Amino acid sequence: MVIRNKLLIIGLLASFGVACTTTSETSSDAGGQQDASTDSRDTAQDQGAINSNPFDDPSNPLSQRVVYFGFDSDSIKPGDRDIIIAHAQYLSANSSEKVVLEGHADERGTREYNIALGERRANAVRQLMTLQGVASSQIDVVSFGEERPIAIGHDESAWGQNRRVEILYPSH
Amino acid sequence: MIIKKIKPGFIIVILSLLTISAPARAELTIDITLWLDNATRIAVVPFEWRSPSRIPLKMTDVISADLKRSGQFAPMSEADMIELPHASSDVNYASWRNSKMKYLVIGKLHSLGRDAYRVQFQLLDVEKGSQVTGHSFQATSKQLRRLSHHISDLIFEAITGERGAFDTYLAYITVTKDRKGQKRYRLAISDSDGYNEQILFESSMPIVRPAWSPDGKKLAYVSYATGRPQIYVQNIFTRQTQRLTDFKGSNLSPSWSPDGRRMAMSLSKDGNAEIYIMDLSTRKLHRVTRSYGVDIEPAWFPDGRSLVFTSDRGGKPQIYRQSVDSRGGVGRAQRLTFDGVENLRASVSPDGKRITMVHNIGGQYRIAVLDLEADQLSILTEGRLDESPGFAPNGGMLIYATSAKGRGVLAAISSDGRASHKLRLQQGDVREPAWSPYKQD
Repeated sequence: MVIRNKLLIIGLLASFGVACTTTSETSSDAGGQQDASTDSRDTAQDQGAINSNPFDDPSNPLSQRVVYFGFDSDSIKPGDRDIIIAHAQYLSANSSEKVVLEGHADERGTREYNIALGERRANAVRQLMTLQGVASSQIDVVSFGEERPIAIGHDESAWGQNRRVEILYPSH
Repeated sequence: MIIKKIKPGFIIVILSLLTISAPARAELTIDITLWLDNATRIAVVPFEWRSPSRIPLKMTDVISADLKRSGQFAPMSEADMIELPHASSDVNYASWRNSKMKYLVIGKLHSLGRDAYRVQFQLLDVEKGSQVTGHSFQATSKQLRRLSHHISDLIFEAITGERGAFDTYLAYITVTKDRKGQKRYRLAISDSDGYNEQILFESSMPIVRPAWSPDGKKLAYVSYATGRPQIYVQNIFTRQTQRLTDFKGSNLSPSWSPDGRRMAMSLSKDGNAEIYIMDLSTRKLHRVTRSYGVDIEPAWFPDGRSLVFTSDRGGKPQIYRQSVDSRGGVGRAQRLTFDGVENLRASVSPDGKRITMVHNIGGQYRIAVLDLEADQLSILTEGRLDESPGFAPNGGMLIYATSAKGRGVLAAISSDGRASHKLRLQQGDVREPAWSPYKQD
């Protein structure tokens, strides 16, 4: 029963999320594709964008495709919510797009626990995305735990970079 | 002179099963870092070799190294030996008593022609001036190294009363980088002293958690070969491999039941990682845990009636014990660890009385042993990030992964923490060790 109610709420929120994105002009612009018309390209330039591809435009949240986590935590940091929501809006506006959420952990703790922890982080990102209306069929989650560090080092500056979820678009 | 006659051909039959096809390599090297002050003094006298051809193997070097690595013996160096007797009638006991030896090992290696050898040895009690045990074997040159470990086992058991675990394998994962900087993961096994490395599986994708079948013939492991972690089983002799899981999410932590018929594992197919038991003949899954947290790293008690596992259901990862039957979990899980910030990846001693695990104390991950009857925790290691502890099949030693000079190495430590040695690769990292059960052939 409890699970059923939860799903219902998620379903409601998801449909709300879809409604939001479809009415939001700016977000669908932000998610515009490379083969967009010259008009939208001009608009993008008017807004000060250097590149028409939002994934390469540093001022566009879609250019940020990594979010970071605290030690042993799967809580999304407040500043990263907007990044994830921007990707979610892009995905729900482009339902044929697929995304891979790749979870990672720092070297501390055991290898398999870190795979589970990275998966939990990726699932936290997935959950926020589905709340924004992204279909779960668009999202694939895989965790590499501590096997693929960005930074080689044994201190917090390295660990902080390694505790992450990468938002990857296989088609891009 | 009493030498127990073992049926001729006995050892030959056993060892031929073991001749694994790939070429032998010796890539792991050993550093002994400390051993017991009160180790038993023993002299392993080089075996007689009369043939003009080169000796196929200095078996006594292998035997001395085995005994030394156990931490329980201090073998005399060959350079310090005044006499080198090969028969008990030639032994001058008074002289060995003077050099404070408690035991003496003497023997002979004869060539029988056509790559056949006879090996005889005797273990002598120096104080009593009498034989403790003696055996005779026949083997090929390829089998002499294994026979040396077998002799070490016989000596160890005759003196300590505990079964030796020298004639066993280690399984582990190595990670090296190729010229392009691309990582290569290899699943490998070697003899317990790091010799005779055999590569069982190789991949550019991560491999973790090798786990031995109770008969020592198969290894389960987790590979990302398909892009996500799945459990595979490989027969180490035939190299036949099958994929056991194909569920979405992470498929981790294979652990064979003591009867070899079931496998505990951690699957996240239903959202978060939960423990399941798979019946290996029907592939049917029985769910063991239902918690909001991550439930992972199951390991069996020797009676097959309960599991230990890691769960963060209470916030931080800790070790729990769960009773199981043929249908899955029975009753509530009981938390076993209360000391330390975190406790992870437990495994159970062969007698079921102790568990070893990774213990986080002040941010340092160390190997600890929890005595379940006395509820007493001992921290055995001093590393920063020690991992993957497991018992030797006789419970006397533990193997684990640690780092030395920035590289991943394996380390073995006596379960009382008093003797240890390290096994390292010439290059790259070695990790995720698992000590094999006793060989059953």
